[in-house]
Amino acid sequence: MEIIFEHVTHAYDPNSPTVNLGLDDVSFKIQDKKFTAIVGQTGSGKSTLVRHINALLKPTSGTITVGDRVITPETNNKNLKPLRKQVGMVFQFPESQLFEETVEKDIMFGPMNFGASEEDARAAAHKMIKMVGLDESHLSQSPFDLSGGQMRRVAIAGVLASDPETIILDEPTAGLDPVGRQEIMDLFKNLQEQGKTIILITHNMDDVANYADEMAVIHRGKLIAEGLPQEVFNNQELLQDDLLTLPKSAAFAKELSRKGFHFDRLPITINELGTEIKEQLNGD
Amino acid sequence: MPGDSIIYQLDPRGKFLLTFYFVGIVFLANNVVSYAFLLAFVLFAVYLSKINFGFFIKGLKPVFWLILFTVALQLLFTPSSHPLWHWGIFTFSKEGLVIAGYIFIRFVLIIFISTLLTLTTTPIEISDSIESILKPLKKINFPVTQVALMLSIALRFVPLLVDETTKIMDAQRARGVDFGEGGLIKRIKSFVPILIPLFVSSFSIAYDLAIAMESRGYKDGEGRSKYRVLSWDKRDNIMLFFMALVTVILLFLRSY
Repeated sequence: MEIIFEHVTHAYDPNSPTVNLGLDDVSFKIQDKKFTAIVGQTGSGKSTLVRHINALLKPTSGTITVGDRVITPETNNKNLKPLRKQVGMVFQFPESQLFEETVEKDIMFGPMNFGASEEDARAAAHKMIKMVGLDESHLSQSPFDLSGGQMRRVAIAGVLASDPETIILDEPTAGLDPVGRQEIMDLFKNLQEQGKTIILITHNMDDVANYADEMAVIHRGKLIAEGLPQEVFNNQELLQDDLLTLPKSAAFAKELSRKGFHFDRLPITINELGTEIKEQLNGD
Repeated sequence: MPGDSIIYQLDPRGKFLLTFYFVGIVFLANNVVSYAFLLAFVLFAVYLSKINFGFFIKGLKPVFWLILFTVALQLLFTPSSHPLWHWGIFTFSKEGLVIAGYIFIRFVLIIFISTLLTLTTTPIEISDSIESILKPLKKINFPVTQVALMLSIALRFVPLLVDETTKIMDAQRARGVDFGEGGLIKRIKSFVPILIPLFVSSFSIAYDLAIAMESRGYKDGEGRSKYRVLSWDKRDNIMLFFMALVTVILLFLRSY
């Protein structure tokens, strides 16, 4: 599903004298079936931005088009279920949303709310628990008996179980160990390859470089850059103003270029970096 | 709520105690003149605070039904020797009308004065005041500092829990929960997915807070120094005097 933001402004507390803009005239397009990363400093408006996609927040002005659904400032809270079924959202520290007696029931909660039959929901729970890398034996456990990392996976399974077309991830790997982190990120990349649209909010530039097709940079509620990660990470202005940090490979390449290497464009992944170094060493 | 009017600057202990005192003396008023006097006093205090009058009217809203109910009871059930209207158990009389009016004014006075306290005093100032006022109870081994700490922690948790609630509600909405839809039972049920996570996370926040406090050397609050020191000055004495004057005038007006 294509998602189009048109001149979206969101004011917190529109009636207060000091206008506090969460989003300031943001216009951009999130492409269908792509992996889009949204980066920006803490408090820049990333979370505010994505909460507009499933109408948890409504714009103060402007419109958001999600597939054939248009969200405007006048959109009311009725009949949002179809939209929220299409747009799944994994919040920061999603384990805090668990509440059911068993893991199975918790994963079934979303699908049942969206009108799935009990059997279908149960089937989804069994499928999803394996997908997020947990054993089916966990299904009968209480979610509160699991470890933090396992709870995170169950929460993610609970969102995926409704089979949303678009999946929004708000720092889904924060606080996970490196292996868990990679597993979860690979899972999302896999889902994209199966035809889902993925929107990822992250502070980890390596994840952006390794997984994202497109990226957008938000700063103080404004969209200040968007495009291919290769392009955006080569935007000198952003880097100079500290509005963006480089992935490890690009930072390493930058150091190398001081020692005589030359890169037309900074490589952003380990593979690109390796290839470039190999070529340049062989060329000498 | 930074404010610069005199009411803001008064010592919170004085404000706190005098608010209760005022609520007490409201019941001394017994005729039109004394009620009018108290109303004038409250309006004067409101004026001194330089706060928009609308906030005080808003303070009446939550107790609107209680006021209406009480006033209606007085209007319809005050016994009278010459009622204006009588039907079954209901009696409507001039006396009832007067008493209902008094009750109404009493409510307005009490709510205005307590709104004045809460609008011009931060919650933390109130908890500091309670600590300071309860200090004598230390002699009988009442844990005053601990109680005050509990109060301030409870106050600190309010915004935290509001944030947490919003977050959890959003998360469950994204999973297809519709709050405020369907019948009563369905609505109550839709709060289970909020309450349980909220309980779980407030326990874990509380636990973390306890660990953080202990790791910073907190033991039992004895001998802790204070960041905010309350100071009682001339203006507070003037306020006390003013209140005493109000009491005397009120006592005089009672037999007017």
